[in-house]
Order: sequence, then structure tokens, then C-alpha cells
Amino acid sequence: MSTNNYEPNMVLSTKQFKVVGTRPVRHDGADKVTGRALYGADLQLADLLHGAILRSPHAHARIKSIDTSKAEALPGVKAVAVSTDLPAPGDQVVDIGEGDTPLKYVRDNVLASDKVCYKGHAVAGVAAINVHVALEAVGLIEVEYEPLPAVLTAPDAMRDDAPVLHEDLTTDELGEKTDKVSNVAKHFQFKLGDIEAGFAAADTIVEREFDTSTVHQGYIEPHNATVLWNNDDRIHIWCSTQGSFVVRDVTATVLGIPESRIRVTPMEIGGGFGGKIPVYLEPVAALLSKKTGKPVKIVMSRQEVFEGSGPTPGSHIKVKMGVTKEGKIVAAQASLAYEAGGYPGAMVTPGAMCVFAAYDIPNVVVDGYDVVVNKPSTAAYRAPGATNAAFATETVVDEITEKLGVDAIEFRLNNAAKEGTRRADGPKYRSIGCVDVLEAIKNHQHYNAPLEGPNRGRGVAIGFWFNVGLQSSCAINVNSDGTLALVEGSTDIGGSRTSIAMQAAEVLGLRAEDVRPTVVDTDSVGYTDVTGGSRVTFCTGIAAIEAAEDVKRQMVERAAKIWDVDAETVEFDGGTFRGVSNGNSEMSFKELAGRLGKTGGPIVGRATVQPKAVGGSFSGNIVDVEVDPETGKVTILRFTAVQDAGKAIHPSYVEGQMQGGSVQGIGWALNEEYYMSQEGVMANSSLLDYRIPTALDLPMIDTVIVEVPNPGHPFGARGVGEANIVPPPAAIANAIHAAVGVRMSRLPMNPPSLMEAIWAKERQ
Amino acid sequence: MPTVFIPSMMQKLTGGAEQVVVEGSSVRQVIRNLDKIHPGVKDWLLDDNQLKSNISVAIDGVITPMGLLEDVDHASEIHFVAAISGGTGSTSSRSRIPARSPLHRPPSPQFH
Repeated sequence: MSTNNYEPNMVLSTKQFKVVGTRPVRHDGADKVTGRALYGADLQLADLLHGAILRSPHAHARIKSIDTSKAEALPGVKAVAVSTDLPAPGDQVVDIGEGDTPLKYVRDNVLASDKVCYKGHAVAGVAAINVHVALEAVGLIEVEYEPLPAVLTAPDAMRDDAPVLHEDLTTDELGEKTDKVSNVAKHFQFKLGDIEAGFAAADTIVEREFDTSTVHQGYIEPHNATVLWNNDDRIHIWCSTQGSFVVRDVTATVLGIPESRIRVTPMEIGGGFGGKIPVYLEPVAALLSKKTGKPVKIVMSRQEVFEGSGPTPGSHIKVKMGVTKEGKIVAAQASLAYEAGGYPGAMVTPGAMCVFAAYDIPNVVVDGYDVVVNKPSTAAYRAPGATNAAFATETVVDEITEKLGVDAIEFRLNNAAKEGTRRADGPKYRSIGCVDVLEAIKNHQHYNAPLEGPNRGRGVAIGFWFNVGLQSSCAINVNSDGTLALVEGSTDIGGSRTSIAMQAAEVLGLRAEDVRPTVVDTDSVGYTDVTGGSRVTFCTGIAAIEAAEDVKRQMVERAAKIWDVDAETVEFDGGTFRGVSNGNSEMSFKELAGRLGKTGGPIVGRATVQPKAVGGSFSGNIVDVEVDPETGKVTILRFTAVQDAGKAIHPSYVEGQMQGGSVQGIGWALNEEYYMSQEGVMANSSLLDYRIPTALDLPMIDTVIVEVPNPGHPFGARGVGEANIVPPPAAIANAIHAAVGVRMSRLPMNPPSLMEAIWAKERQ
Repeated sequence: MPTVFIPSMMQKLTGGAEQVVVEGSSVRQVIRNLDKIHPGVKDWLLDDNQLKSNISVAIDGVITPMGLLEDVDHASEIHFVAAISGGTGSTSSRSRIPARSPLHRPPSPQFH
């Protein structure tokens, strides 16, 4: 479906279903709005102890000694844990990030052993009768540090004379391990075509450099973990996580015990956006519980969340693009250096894969650098790496369209990636919605509306995220009243319980309300990967569909048994079984469910899936801004987000993802940054000073859902959680240029940065 | 026979060849046969006879979680691409602990 009559929050549907595509009330809604939903910090257990973490005051220092005796002597203190309480990591490596990582790095990020690599790095844990005593005890632990010079940005850390964070870290250079000790953990390259010939054929070349600051996901609920190390050496963890099985496996690895001894119960989660995949508190709470024989709960403060968890990398990016006078991009080159933080693993690989993902370019070279710096060890953040990259590319593309004097969307359409386009990293795209998103923008009333007034401008940008599949499990129990109890392992961050239940309901001809979805612990469901990579509605949804198909198959057999006919002659449609060879006898799903006890017993449908054909998602923005030329303040006047959802299972939740991702992108663009001193101390580690946009800062984010079905999903769904954060910074930068004529090359584009740019332009 | 697209960083092993047509009905067989033509390819891609954790296989543009076990046909395009998983950054969040050479570390601090 296409239209020129856009209204706020439109769905350009291509196919209709009975349940999929509707907007039922979320199953967890009542508990959430009445405060009954249980989060990790709400958990109370008998004999519960409270923990606190001692964190490094230095961004870079060698630990010479730790004396915990005074803390242990404080009345009310029950135990203290330091890194030597963890088993020695030896030479083991683990795969929990971008490839193999030494276990020592994983373990040291939980509790530092010989070095601290960032301010806020955990050094020791304390368990006490209450959190006040625990915090007092933390202050009594004496650590002798040998402060070392800190290095805070990728370009500085890549210098030959830079302070080295890890004496054992050598550079992986273009796939080969070298002996060079450096802060560059990895340099890789993607190459397509002949880059020299491409630029030689270009009539216009634009080359620019960009910097983006470290930003935090900004989830409302701080990290927390409660752990009981039981007398039988079995461990139970309750925590806020995007992946209960990841918590189980990583905690087991750090503690050096089998994963089968750990059960993880995921509590409700107050946001994650990628930041609640790493494990921080669980192993420490486990050690303290083992020492005391009692459950131990640790909850981070907001300052600890900023300084001791994983933000997204700051970056330094160079982009060079060449175009013909006819407006065809013939060559593109990029270099991306991302700050991994204290340990390797910056999300630079996906950034490099996305930097030119929206375009069909014959000649491409992309270099990526994973660089350690003295900042918190970074984690994923919504389309990790892609937002930084798109800020650079889409700003350069805007400058090219300005130089050529062509329409911004027409230029992008003329160069858009489509099915069959070969990506810089090799494979060709399958079905994608890049053109469809651009067409929706071009036709949108917002894009064509007049924008009047001084210092106002309109910008556009587009972005991409791959999405992932991985593994999910699901089981469905049929209740005798014809309803279903659906059991799954995907932490529900954005309403996925309901979107998964809807897919099962669609298969079985039921209402969404007839399915009761529950997220259970790691002992109660098959292995399920993280809630990340926009994969849950897609992959766990497929698991629910296949489990529902399993239910249907078994129910058909029961109907056949009752009617004494062949199962092949029983049809199922719209929640009703029909015996074709039995005079078209009919029985509703509910009727049959009530007879299971006397026809063979309960029915449980089950499925474990590892789907292949993941559908990537494109997202685009139209944004109008007004710049105050005297203060540098940018006001967002109007914002429209367009995204390909494949098929919107629950359009309200898709719109929520689009609006949420847009707001986070706006914050990344205009306000948010780790404001660091030269010594590596974050100066704004509170939500008062780390400026996340509020409702008062923003207009309504209008949405347009484009549906280009993903052939790899029975209903056509694509993941929608991430691509929406990718284009906002570039779209806003382009709007600022349209408003006041300055090209911004650094995020955030806050008032000081903007005033510097305006004054520099005035001086020219 | 399937066509293997050689990643740019691996092309030094194939004498600069960007594509190699090689026999095989599974990814594992293709790699084994490719290594016979261009020695070193197997070591570049595999670790303990498994795909390295930072590498995924795409068959005709689709990343396959089956890796080496995936079947291919005569018209298949095989790509070795960087492994991503959105949230985790890797193809699998399951821990894997193969042997490695010892890490070189400075002296341990003293604990009291």
C-alpha cells in the first residue's frame, strides 16, 4: 500500500491477518501500571544481605595492594570479596563479545586484579546487614594504587607513544596476529571493487572527519543482582538482564563452575538497549553469598551505572565519497576507529558493515579499528556502531547533494541499495526496504510541507541495521478452557510477550488475550539467546509459531480420534476443527481443549528454532529544527520516523520502538556525552547533568511503518528495535546546516559546539 | 561448483583471487578443498575445526547458523563475513573455552 495522504502514525500494510497487525492490550500492562511488576531491586528474601562495590578513583592505575582488614572488622559486615577470590583465569579465552576474549579481561572487568582501566572499575565487593554499613565498609578498604597516565580517545590511544592499557594486548592486523603491543586490538578491512578507479571516475569528491562522544543507553532501572549460593552448591540468580542464559554462562565461566549449577530468574527489566547484556554484579554477589551462606543483593547507583557499566563507544570516523555529475556514487572509503573502553570489543565491525549499507556502490574500502582507552568497557547500544557510522556517511551525502544541487531523497533513491546489491563485506542483499522507506519519505506530507521562518531548516537521513536471529525456545500448554499458557525465555523489554503471544494466537485462531505468555528461568525453558539484535519478535516469534503448529498437529489428531477418522481428513481454520470425511462435523478449539483429559492427556506444543533468513531494517527521518543563533540551542520543531517493519505484529509497539529509538538518537545528537576530565573522570555522572531529552524537549514523533515482508518469517516480520536510532543524528546535523549553514562534524551538537561552528563561519 | 568469495583480508592466501570455484557439497568440504588449492585458508577460517568465533558463513546472502555443516549446491555463493549479533556483538553468547598460549602479565598485587 502506498499513499500520499499521511497522518501521524500510519501503517502502510501489505497483508492483513486476524490477530497479527492488531493492537491488543499488553499482557503485563496491569502489573506495570499498578506497580505490581517485580523488578530486581524489589526482591526480598529471608536473611538477605546487601552488597556494595568499591570502585577505582583512577582512570588508569596499577593495583599494588588491597587491605580489607578494616572493612571486615566493621560491625555488620559479613564478607568482602576481591579478585583473588575468583579462580585464576589461566590462559583461557571465551567467546562473549566480538570473537575470542581472554577470560582474564572478562574476569578483570568484574573485579580488577592487577590494574584498573577506568574510573569506576570494580575492585572489591562487600556484603553487610544493610547497604549503609556496606557502603561504609567500602570506604574502609585500603587500596594502594600506582597511578598511570590515562588515554581517553581512539586517535590518542592509537599513537605510538600512547600509554598502553594492556601489556599482553597485541594487534590483530588484517586477520594476522602480530607481536606489536598496542591499544589497537584489531584492524580489519572490507574491500569491494577498485577504489582508485572509482575515485578517478568521480566528478565530485567529499572527504570529512567526524568525532562522536561516548554515550550511555540511559535505561531507567540500574543494574542489580541478587544471588543465593545454596548449601548444595547450586546457585540461584535474580537479576535485570537482557539474556538470562548469558548471565548463567558468563557467571559460570567467571566462577569456574559448570553452568548447570546456576539457575537465573530474569526479573522485569526497566530498559536495556544492549547495556544489560554484560555481567557485572552477579559473580561478585555470588562470591559474597558463598562466603556468608546467605543471599546477597547488590544494586548500582546511577553514578555506578554511568561509570561502571558499558556505554557505547566514542569514535573517530573518516568518510570519503566520490560521485559522478549524473549523481551516481562510484566510490566510497571509510575509516572507523571506535573506543572499546578498558577492554577490547568496540562495536566497530557492525559499524563498518553499516557505514555504506544504504547505497549501491561499486568500489568501497572500509577500515575498522578496535581501540582500548581508559573509559568504561563499552557495551552494545541499539544498532551498535551503526549510528556513529551513519552520522558520518549521511552528513557527507547531504553535502554532496548540496554541491550537486539535487534533491536529497532523489539522490538517495538514485543510489539506494536494493535486493541484489552487493554489500561492502561481500554478500548480496535479499529482500530489503531501503527504496520503500525513501519513497515513503518522498511522498510524506512533512517532506513536502513549507518550512518558514529564520534559522529553521529541514534535514533527512537514512540508516540500516542487520538484525539477528540466533536461538529461541518456546513451549505452549493447552488449558482445558481453551486458553494457552506460553512459556518463553526472552526478557520482555518492549512488549515482546504480547507480540509473541499474538503470533501463537494467529496460528490457532485464538485471541491474543487467550494466550498467557510468561518469561521463565533458565531451568524452565530451552536455551534462548539475548533480547538483542531486534531478534525476539522475529526469532522467538517463530518459536511460538512452530510451537503453536505443534499444538495444532496434536489437536487435529485428537479430533480425528474423537471422530474416528483419518487425521488427514480433519481441517483446522479460524479456531474450528472440521471433519471433512465425517459430515463436516465441527468442534471449536475450546471444546476440544476441554476433552483432552479423556482423549490422551494434556497437550504441550514445543519448538526450538535457529532461523536463517533474518530481515534487516531500514529507517529514515525527516526533521525540522530551529537554531537560536545567539545561544546555539537547537529546537526540534517536527520529527517523522519511517521504518520498514516487514510486518508490524503489534503496530503500537513498533511505533513505540520507532519513537523511543528516535528520542535516543536525538539525545545522542544534541545533548548526551560522557564529559570527561583530562584525568578520565566523568564530570556529569548523574541524570541531572547527563542530559537525556524529556517529553518537554520534543515534539510528537510521527511514525510511518513501511511493510516490505521478510520472506524468512511466516508473517513477514523484521526486527524493529534498532534501525530507528541510526539516522537521527545525521538528519539533525543536516537540518542544522539547512537552518544556519554550518556543517557539524562532532556529536553532541550542543550549544557550545554549535556556537563555535557559527562563530567560525562568521569569521570566514 | 559453488563459488567462494574471498574476504579482502584473506586474498593474500589466494594470490589475490577474489572468487574461487571449488568442489564441495557442504561448507566444511568446500573449505577443505579450498585449502588444498590455497594452503592456509583452513587455518585462517577455523580454530579447532570450528569456524572462528568472529566469522560467520553466508550462503547466497543468508547467514547460516549451521556454519560448517550447511549444505551448498553448485550455484551457491559462499561468503565468510564478520559475525555480529546485535546485542552481543558475536554469533553466539555461549562461552567457548579452547586452549590458548598463556597471557603475559605483570606481577600480581599483594592482598591482605
